[in-house]
Amino acid sequence: MQVLMALLLATLALAVPAAAETIYVSNEQDNTVAVVDGATMTLLATIDTGRRPRGLALSTDNKMLFVAEGDDNRIGVVDIAEGRVVGELPSGADPEFFVVHPDGKRLFVANENDNLVSVVDIAAVKVIGTVDVGVEPEGMAASADGRYVACTSETTSMVHLIDASTLKLVDNLLVDTRPRAASFSPDGKQLWVSSEIRGTVTVFDTASRAQTGKIEFEVPGIRREGVQAVGMAMSRDGATAYVALGPANRIAEVDVKTLTVRRLYLVGQRPWHVALSADQKRLVSANGNSGDISFIDLENQEVVKSLPVGRGPWGVVIGP
Amino acid sequence: MRLMLALLYLLLIAGPGAADEQTMVIGYIGQQRKPALPLGPLDEAVADDGLQGARLGIADDDSTGRFLGQKFRLEERILAPAEAPADAVRQFADAGIAFVIADLDAAPLLQASAASGAERMTLLNSRAPDDVLRQQDCRRNVMHTIPSRAMLADGLAQYLVWKRWQRWFLLVGPHPQDQAMAAAFRRAAARFGAEITTDQPWTFRPANGRADTGHVTLQTEIPAVTQVSDYDVLVVADEADEFGAYLEGRTALPGIVAGTQGLVATGWSAVSEEWGATQLQDRFHRQAGRWMLPSDYAAWLAVRSIGEAATRLHSLDAVAIGKYMRSDAFLLAGFKGQGLSFRAWDGQMRQPILIAGPRLLISSSPQPGFLHQRTPLDTLGIDLEESTCKF
Repeated sequence: MQVLMALLLATLALAVPAAAETIYVSNEQDNTVAVVDGATMTLLATIDTGRRPRGLALSTDNKMLFVAEGDDNRIGVVDIAEGRVVGELPSGADPEFFVVHPDGKRLFVANENDNLVSVVDIAAVKVIGTVDVGVEPEGMAASADGRYVACTSETTSMVHLIDASTLKLVDNLLVDTRPRAASFSPDGKQLWVSSEIRGTVTVFDTASRAQTGKIEFEVPGIRREGVQAVGMAMSRDGATAYVALGPANRIAEVDVKTLTVRRLYLVGQRPWHVALSADQKRLVSANGNSGDISFIDLENQEVVKSLPVGRGPWGVVIGP
Repeated sequence: MRLMLALLYLLLIAGPGAADEQTMVIGYIGQQRKPALPLGPLDEAVADDGLQGARLGIADDDSTGRFLGQKFRLEERILAPAEAPADAVRQFADAGIAFVIADLDAAPLLQASAASGAERMTLLNSRAPDDVLRQQDCRRNVMHTIPSRAMLADGLAQYLVWKRWQRWFLLVGPHPQDQAMAAAFRRAAARFGAEITTDQPWTFRPANGRADTGHVTLQTEIPAVTQVSDYDVLVVADEADEFGAYLEGRTALPGIVAGTQGLVATGWSAVSEEWGATQLQDRFHRQAGRWMLPSDYAAWLAVRSIGEAATRLHSLDAVAIGKYMRSDAFLLAGFKGQGLSFRAWDGQMRQPILIAGPRLLISSSPQPGFLHQRTPLDTLGIDLEESTCKF
């Protein structure tokens, strides 16, 4: 029997892409970041962080992991090689989410309590600018060419487009109630914004700022209020987007060209954020209420594993 | 002199702000009350509850509005203790104000809704939980952002039934509002399958437990009052906060206290920090220097509802805003985990009911498993099929 199990496990392990990659998950109720081996889908380590870690991002050289420590009003800096927090960056008050600008030198941080976006110089370890935005800034995204940074404000129900060099507001676009995440398409031509309360994603043409589409999500057997759109990820080829549907416990796979939902994946409870593997064959969701992450095999279109990682998984990123 | 003052007042409120097409002036009518004496030494005496919530709503509306060229302003009127609201309503109407936050008890609210000029207005009830205002005394020009007593009782009942604490000892205070709250608890028990094993009034005079040996008296009195047959929960109806807080830890039988004290069913509580509420609580505390109370939250909801409609419509047109607020398209984010909207049949805002402990949030109703053909939120309060409201 044991041999059989071992064989079975070995087969299972082979069935998923054995990419050498590492998954980092913030556990907002445990004040930790879980480190998960992508190949074996096992928990490697748990790193203690500051209080209420949520937003996560890797430095452009993949050597550092930045962690928004909301209740400590700072960004923790994890040295990946050492596996511990080695420093901190100022962030302004109550950072929830942030984005590393493609220049690799700056962080754009949403200060939820102050209606500000703070710009942090990583090397100088200081805030070098702020931008006034709407009430409760939350989601952050940067276009691949580095020209724009987008920020959603939850109570204002807008996405604010910021010129990343002048730090001026370029435009303020109305979106559905309580927007959460923003995401540029890889070519930067589209800007996607999710709405938690409406359960929709609004799509804009970045250049003209015209709304070009809206995606609504229906989950059989789940009432309208239970379908909320939160975290998003888009494939590198720009063809497919993945949207976490929060209390509906699903991840929607969306055809970017037609803006239609191809399929829904049943994951753990209340997925907040999702991340794609480098080979684009696997998606990982951080499930806040069930304390685990779900691995979705995108080639075979199935959820292959859920792995407990801690209490209140929120942010997830995948690195080498 | 009186006339002069009235004219001056009209000029003030109809000043450049109101004339500007891009400014929405929202009226607020409150009433001075005898401040409730704090029951415990940690309680704060609050004189501006409700008003501070409306002011924060304006600030929030304005910060969205500045991106859309919309401005919002609150015109505040606080009535003297026995003053009728009719003059204030008429002055607001004369100034072209179309939305008024009515931070009033039921009787003056009904007077306000019938006052001259009120027929051109929408009053948003942010204080009176009376079920009659949603039933036989409902009015076409009144909407309600404060939860009704039926909603509070249903929210608590769902939680207690979910816990399988189904045998209740109902203890009812002496005031009419306590009787009304008790009626809501009885209705909720019948709806959700709880049993009221004992139903009795609180007949003692309110004692001052903060006297030097206050606890000695209470320690003798409370066990006597609560000497009843076995129950799971003592459900107390004491809206004036006169005795409910004395019960916990002193009852004849061990067991929890819930209702208006203990495990409290409420539209809002300072202990809530879920669904992003931390930001609202922080904003409020910075502005008001105290915690946000249920009436603050209801007034905030009322002002935000107007702002949300103005945002969606890109317009400050009062008729369009009123229509939109009442429509199926309306959805307000209220830091309780799901969108809030108004019931068409009685103008009540449907919303989750928080179950709050003294220091932490215990739960939020509707509870899992209480299903409804439209939305689980309609398991709380007076449903369409039960409504006797005819506008």
